[in-house]
Amino acid sequence: MASKPRTLYEKIWDAHVVERQDDGTCLVYIDRHLVHEVTSPQAFEALRLAGRKVRRPDLTLAVPDHNLPTTPRTAPDGSRLPIADKQSAAQLAALEANAPAFGIDYIDAFAPEQGIVHVVGPEQGFSLPGTTIVCGDSHTAAHGGIGALAFGIGTSEVEHVLATQTLLLRPSKTMEVRVEGELSPGVTPKDLILHIIGVIGTAGGTGYVIEYRGEVFEKMSVEGRLTVCNMSIEGGARAGLIAPDQTVFDYLKGRPYAPQGEAWDKAVDWWRSLVTDDGAQFDKSVVIDAADIEPTVSWGTSPEDVVAIGGTVPSPAVFEDAAKREAVAKSLDYMGLAPGTPMEQVKVENIFIGSCTNSRIEDLRAAAEVLKGRKKAASVRWAIAVPGSGLVKRQAEEEGLDRIFTDAGFEWREPGCSACLAMNPDKVPPGERCASTSNRNFVGRQGPGARTHLLSPAMAAAAAVTGHLTDVRKLMGE
Amino acid sequence: MEQVSSISGRAIPLGLKNVDTDVIIPAHWLKTVSREGLGKGAFETIRQAPGNPFDVEDFAGAPILIAGDNFGCGSSREHAAWAMLDMGLTAVIAPSFSDIFSGNAFKNGILAVELPQEQVDRLLEVAKDHPITIDLENQVVTTPFQDRFAFEVDPFRKHCLLNGLDEIGLTLERDAAIETHERARADSLPWLDAPTRNRREHA
Repeated sequence: MASKPRTLYEKIWDAHVVERQDDGTCLVYIDRHLVHEVTSPQAFEALRLAGRKVRRPDLTLAVPDHNLPTTPRTAPDGSRLPIADKQSAAQLAALEANAPAFGIDYIDAFAPEQGIVHVVGPEQGFSLPGTTIVCGDSHTAAHGGIGALAFGIGTSEVEHVLATQTLLLRPSKTMEVRVEGELSPGVTPKDLILHIIGVIGTAGGTGYVIEYRGEVFEKMSVEGRLTVCNMSIEGGARAGLIAPDQTVFDYLKGRPYAPQGEAWDKAVDWWRSLVTDDGAQFDKSVVIDAADIEPTVSWGTSPEDVVAIGGTVPSPAVFEDAAKREAVAKSLDYMGLAPGTPMEQVKVENIFIGSCTNSRIEDLRAAAEVLKGRKKAASVRWAIAVPGSGLVKRQAEEEGLDRIFTDAGFEWREPGCSACLAMNPDKVPPGERCASTSNRNFVGRQGPGARTHLLSPAMAAAAAVTGHLTDVRKLMGE
Repeated sequence: MEQVSSISGRAIPLGLKNVDTDVIIPAHWLKTVSREGLGKGAFETIRQAPGNPFDVEDFAGAPILIAGDNFGCGSSREHAAWAMLDMGLTAVIAPSFSDIFSGNAFKNGILAVELPQEQVDRLLEVAKDHPITIDLENQVVTTPFQDRFAFEVDPFRKHCLLNGLDEIGLTLERDAAIETHERARADSLPWLDAPTRNRREHA
């Protein structure tokens, strides 16, 4: 008898259910656990108090990222510089102590492999297709780009995974986001995901796992897929995924934690089966026409507040929902924007190229292509490029990208989460605007009173050159 | 986890939609290695505005918060739940919650009660002057008037809350099943174990 057609999500889920309780709650096995310094200290402390061990330290990898300054970490003589912020230093020290105490592999702040946890996982081959991956960080959804079921968890769940290598979960509903046609020149994976969030809304994916489908994704690089899946959570979906294919296998082959030799071949055989079967049903289906998508920017304080770069700041009056009208009015007040203002007239004083959404080599190349032979506008006060990992940084330097950034007036920084959430010293001053390749434009996200406009790396570079939000296509091919 | 059955008291009528976890507790408060003391930073940006509902005297020590759609969206930071507990909040009523926040709330014994918008609107009105009761056992929210709003709750979470059960303790009792799963996994997908060994061999 042929088994019922299943979605990719259902295949991965089924392979990881340890037990199903009568009430529908499932005990689910976790293959990979990534740990960083912010959401783990309370979990380790609780384990210690309860006298519990880490069940599978071999499936756990720790790396610091959120608090680290992105300024040089060593002095010219090679000595390690202390971290000025006492609280940040204490949190980083806690991870550095907890990892070896519990037998966990730890990439320290000075290792060339250090970086943002969601850049490091795939880059090291620690994140693999068909696995369940968790981390105490909502952007864990990123790893769905290599075909893993990956989602963010809270600290109590971090503790649960450390102690048991499982989580108690209920199955999610499934949503298909099918993109038809091809992206136009100048339109990037970031524009695509911002557009998708604008369509489904910031709560549209709540309770769902999204599978992104269509030729656009088959042709997309792994870096682009990681960008798209990363922001699934901004559409409310705890996880987003894309079926793994040869592009993913080629990306992972030879990476340090990836299987090798015969094990690799066996793995690839299984990974090839990880596709949604013909006839499988999704609980919800959203179809997007790629031709509708233009370079996209945010205007408000929710990631659903997006518009094509050629558009204008909307008026609260155009929204049907009364609560949304009120929210938009508040957003515009916070953002200091008047309805009807063309997006291209919005001036920015700060540029941030980085974050787990857009700090991989392709992102830096895309920005550098725009910046090459150009300089940032005099009105742009602060522009930083923060590679996602030490390895990305090294590769960019080998390609000469660092010189393009610095020649254009950017600061070329050390890897970390940086101005995406401003836990480290990289902050946008109150009332100032930032064209940012990060993932959240929430109130105060980049610093108290900071105003964030989300966009792609190429668009951020374009804004740096002109001093205002700019359609990057106008600077292309000049 | 402490037992939770019924919560009665004043409810802060915030009403706002898409209250994200950066609003509940801004990132600069996350540098702590403790779960305590985060109440000082809770809803910091909202509380900077004069006349905000958190600082109305009537709502001092209120155990319930009423909010709009998609409460707790954004980051996975459990600090949001810890901050709310630290300021005395043990329940939130909203039309919908983000998945991660509702999990974090539950793990900390905070009730996340979902009700339709029109019922939330009614409660926002009542809450201005009157207390509200959330009865978990009977899954109903009541007011001093005739309002009785039934709500859904995950049966496993309800069981854990009513009995104050520790999820990790429960799961550790399933050790044999986890071991069986691990053995089967080692047979069928052996490359998943000990990736650190691959790393050493690659080197």
